[in-house]
Amino acid sequence: MKVHEHQAKEIFAKYGLPVPKGYPAFTVEEAVEAAQQLGKFPVVVKAQIHAGGRGKAGGVKLANSLDEVQKYAAELLGKTLVTFQTGPEGLPVSRIYIEEGTNIDREFYVAITLDRSKSKLIIMASAEGGMEIEEVAAKNPDAIITEVIDPFIGLRPFQAREIALKLGFPKNLINKVAGVFLKLYDVYMKEDASMVEINPLVLTKEGNVVVLDAKVDFDDNALFRHPDIMEMEDPTQESELEVRAKQYNLNYIKLDGNIACMVNGAGLAMATMDTIKLAGGEPANFLDVGGSANAEQIANAFKIILSDPNVKAIFINIFGGILRCDRLAEGIIQASKEVKPHVPIVVRMEGTNVELGKKMLAESGLDLIPADTMWEGAQKAVELAKKG
Amino acid sequence: MSVLVNKDTKVIVQGITGREGSFHAIQCKAYGTQVVGGVTPGKGGQDVEGIPVFDSVKEAVENTGADCSLIFVPPPFAADAVLEAVDAGIKTVICITEGIPVNDMIPVKNYIKTYYPETVLIGPNCPGVITPDEAKIGIMPGHIFKRGKVGIVSRSGTLTYEAAFQLSNRGIGQSTVIGIGGDPVPGTVFSDVLKWFQDDPETEAIVMIGEIGGTAEEEAAEFIKEYVKKPVVAYIAGVTAPPGKRMGHAGAIIAGGKGTAEEKYKALESAGAITVKNISFIGDAVAEVLK
Repeated sequence: MKVHEHQAKEIFAKYGLPVPKGYPAFTVEEAVEAAQQLGKFPVVVKAQIHAGGRGKAGGVKLANSLDEVQKYAAELLGKTLVTFQTGPEGLPVSRIYIEEGTNIDREFYVAITLDRSKSKLIIMASAEGGMEIEEVAAKNPDAIITEVIDPFIGLRPFQAREIALKLGFPKNLINKVAGVFLKLYDVYMKEDASMVEINPLVLTKEGNVVVLDAKVDFDDNALFRHPDIMEMEDPTQESELEVRAKQYNLNYIKLDGNIACMVNGAGLAMATMDTIKLAGGEPANFLDVGGSANAEQIANAFKIILSDPNVKAIFINIFGGILRCDRLAEGIIQASKEVKPHVPIVVRMEGTNVELGKKMLAESGLDLIPADTMWEGAQKAVELAKKG
Repeated sequence: MSVLVNKDTKVIVQGITGREGSFHAIQCKAYGTQVVGGVTPGKGGQDVEGIPVFDSVKEAVENTGADCSLIFVPPPFAADAVLEAVDAGIKTVICITEGIPVNDMIPVKNYIKTYYPETVLIGPNCPGVITPDEAKIGIMPGHIFKRGKVGIVSRSGTLTYEAAFQLSNRGIGQSTVIGIGGDPVPGTVFSDVLKWFQDDPETEAIVMIGEIGGTAEEEAAEFIKEYVKKPVVAYIAGVTAPPGKRMGHAGAIIAGGKGTAEEKYKALESAGAITVKNISFIGDAVAEVLK
């Protein structure tokens, strides 16, 4: 789960990390009030979206007066911001963050995340702050300092000091900077993050260390331990269909094509999308109905995929394991009667009780097009979508 | 021969009194697996259709001689259940549970590697392991598998079934089929299983099913180059997956430009694996290499 910068900074502040003073604002009036409360200029007006690259996209403005705050707030609120991380559709700015200005001398990068090949956490840092780490990794991999964190002991202070030294911080700040890294590790562990990032970590002209931008991704599997973080979820940052699908306990991701897929199992769902592409079509979504889908789940899945106006055909691909094909057929029939899909439906079904399932679908009187293999089903769906 | 599990494997089911646990314990037993006991703390002394329930894994092992555990314990307690099995001397721990926090799995994986290097953890978030006609230790539908000489290893449950089904339909059987699961910190990775299959005299060819996210397939490719002499047929799901979106499995995400299907295919091809881009033709590809 992702949260906004201002929420990440709130969490960081609780752990004693040095974040600049600031207030979130949902309206222009709140923005002006926030600037008044900060009491001195310049202030920074920052669009809050769940993506990076805001600065280059015009989502971060320096304001030198209340008039400018008002102007920038009005400009940003309600705007859709397109950055290199959002995709062409962009993300809506429904809140902004008003923060005190910082006198930047030097910028650094630091992050903690899982190294999957080691099954251990690593802390990464670089003196090229402000840049995307992938960019640094590609251009100048030696500029990235990495320390592996022992899972039984945790990040050790000497490791943190070593990174601070290698980054070239002034000697009198080494302990302070190491403290930032140790606190960041604390946030990661105690809040069950999957990624924490400070980019940039700033050395100010006054010689202070400041967390200028903060990013935290949380492990969805651990959210049950953090009800306070669950409350930080912002549905405006996700597609409406994805939010609805989540309420139905369906695993749905909207894509740009016109062939909807309904599949059980994440791997099979991905393979189905790939097969549609191989057949010359474009998938409209990823949808995993799970291993225990019942008629109600399938009806909900129909509703979600049919709400996408681009959909011209549906490809249902189910491998009945523990979930038997006859039960699934029953679900499809019931749901089709209830939802009345207006586009052709291709069904490929295989596995336990498949003969009975196929017979039920054939006798249902519904206009369902059967397919024996995934490849055949995908080809039929592509053909039908082209006609539609 | 087979790898990891066979007809002599004695299995206990942790979380046996839960809905999933009891259902699958009975299914596994019906397949012919030696399900010798179950564990649910506080419910020792009861039984599930004749399978005795114990309060702890230690007690279950002492009373039954079990050497394998199948875990259905809910996510908040699953990591502890794995450690309990490992400490009780269980040699093969198969964890089905989906949704275990990654921060719980990191110490578990490292603990096993450090203190019990001989112990194998399969999963979590996996369908389990089956040696057809001998032992089914997991949630897969047993009847789609057929005994033979092809080893299957996969990160995805339903794709495992798809591959096994295509093979069985062509009369090609399997030695052992192992689902290693879709989590970012899996107990066992492709290269572990590839080694077992290479060393198993019964296995003549290997099917490997990967997906986007992480670099386990690239590491497997390195291992194939070094060690595997048997033909490997490989498929990777997620060519069309957009970056930054988690495709169902916690581990299936293209992040920071890494973990794409293209990179994985490239690595596997350069290691000499036979790659299949269309999942519907896995059976054809395997039939071809066995000719």
